[in-house]
Amino acid sequence: MSDLRVEALTHVYSAGTPFEKTAIQDISLQIPSGQFVGLLGHTGSGKSTFIQHLNALLKPTSGKVLVDGEDINQDKKTRRAVKNKVGLVFQYPEYQLFEETVFADIAFGPKNMGLGKEEIEQRVREAAHFVGVEEELFQRSPLELSGGQKRRVAIAGVIAMRPGILILDEPTAGLDPAGCRQILDNICTYRRESGATVIIVSHNMDDAARLTERLIVFNHGTVAMDGSPEQVFSRPEELIKIGLSVPQATSLAMALREKGIPLQGSIYTHAQLMAALKEVGVC
Amino acid sequence: MLKDITLGQFFPGDTPVHRLDPRSKILLLIVFIVALFMASGWAGYGLMILVTALCMAISHISPRNIFKGLKPMLLIIVFTAALNLLYTQGTPLFPGWPITREGLDRSIAMVLRIVLLIAGTFLLTYTTSPMALTDGMERLLNPLKKIGLPVHEITMMMSMALRFIPTLIEETDKIMSAQKARGADFENGNLLQRAKALLPILVPLFVSSFRRADELAVAMESRCYHGGSGRTRMKQLHFQALDLWALALGALLLAAMILLRHFGL
Ligand SMILES: Nc1ncnc2c1ncn2[C@@H]1O[C@H](COP(=O)(O)OP(=O)(O)OP(=O)(O)O)[C@@H](O)[C@H]1O
Ligand SMILES: [Mg+2]
Repeated sequence: MSDLRVEALTHVYSAGTPFEKTAIQDISLQIPSGQFVGLLGHTGSGKSTFIQHLNALLKPTSGKVLVDGEDINQDKKTRRAVKNKVGLVFQYPEYQLFEETVFADIAFGPKNMGLGKEEIEQRVREAAHFVGVEEELFQRSPLELSGGQKRRVAIAGVIAMRPGILILDEPTAGLDPAGCRQILDNICTYRRESGATVIIVSHNMDDAARLTERLIVFNHGTVAMDGSPEQVFSRPEELIKIGLSVPQATSLAMALREKGIPLQGSIYTHAQLMAALKEVGVC
Repeated sequence: MLKDITLGQFFPGDTPVHRLDPRSKILLLIVFIVALFMASGWAGYGLMILVTALCMAISHISPRNIFKGLKPMLLIIVFTAALNLLYTQGTPLFPGWPITREGLDRSIAMVLRIVLLIAGTFLLTYTTSPMALTDGMERLLNPLKKIGLPVHEITMMMSMALRFIPTLIEETDKIMSAQKARGADFENGNLLQRAKALLPILVPLFVSSFRRADELAVAMESRCYHGGSGRTRMKQLHFQALDLWALALGALLLAAMILLRHFGL
């Protein structure tokens, strides 16, 4: 529900020391309200650095970030206020759980927003519902849950702030396939029911192809590709050249084309592959 | 950010100072400190400043990095200078003022001592990797094993602690960012509120430290670590011609300082 604009964003870590490192350079882009965006890029390409600018956790070395047309780095107040609009879930968020109970941990964000007791309780229930955390767990210590449950509690802690823009840094890292699917489903549910903009950093091309409507590919701190999954995956060679993979369906289609089977169109999901195969009469 | 702290940081390089055996460097630091405390006149201090500057130039460590390391000590330095300045008996500089000539001399000397002491120590840690440093220390302390001191264990603990300082700092940074993203406020409020605000950082930090210590212990044991006895090293330390020269220069410095002190310069 919030619109995001980034203008010529550059970030240099440890400027002026021997460890100086330009993590992102001159990034400009616009993400309209409600879009589901996938952020791809090799390790160290600047994805995490970039998303930490979107809620003013990092200050740009140069450039601007605008949420709903307003510069978020104007002063202390805007830097704080933007955290209520833009929810950021870090990589391995379960390592940040600290409260005695699951309920209290999910309530930490809303409490910091200064909401009333009833409002907090309602939001905690709602957020827990989105991520599939049963209310029986509310009084348990978050530290004694399983890895997947912890991860979902941590995500609920951000969702409870009802951010108009929800950003997740590799939310499925280190989970089993069932756990991955659940988390991604939860995120889709939240997006559908709240209409929020969702930005998800992922190394999994199949998930990115299946879920998102736009892909932004980072390479060495700059945007290398930006477009719909169809556009991005229609240039698989470029993706492979910058060290990324392509969805399984795409690489299979590439292999089949090499063998002389004339598959048509851009293929990045299993359904598209099946349709293309039918078209040429292979199955 | 917390990361910019340069405590015990190592700047890799390939200068003669970097190439010295860590044992020589530790010994030379001791020589340096002894020489520093022998300095009494301006000639002595001048020589020590010259030696420090020379070492910094050879090892390509810029004065800026040394000064950055000095920053946390600023309070102590100012305090020492003020105390010496105000409370030394002698002939007043200006009639009616509590500041004496001797006081001024002493406070300058004390500040020089502290600054040079820190600069010398930083020269060691900036040019020696923590691994080499603890390795050298273990070898130097080896004779103490005879009287039952667990030298290997102590130095192993030291190197692990050094190794994990940056990790802990990074972890703290990360947890702080994550809690800030949930609206935590570490900057405003009174003392009690601020202390309370630290809880969301300290709890996860403790949890992950214990987890990490546990994992490290398991990883070490599964690679058959069982203390120091019978352990061989991948990197053997060898004294080279360079070390002999450096130690000789160190001895020369010490001799010069003794002479200067003898003549009261
Ligand atoms: N706090 C920091 N201080 C100094 N350099 C950093 C810091 N954080 C990241 N970097 C550097 O900035 C670059 C971009 O890092 P970033 O974490 O944004 O990459 P990433 O795309 O998120 O990678 P990954 O996929 O591994 O998470 C890297 O080269 C990294 O070494
Ligand atoms: Mg990252």
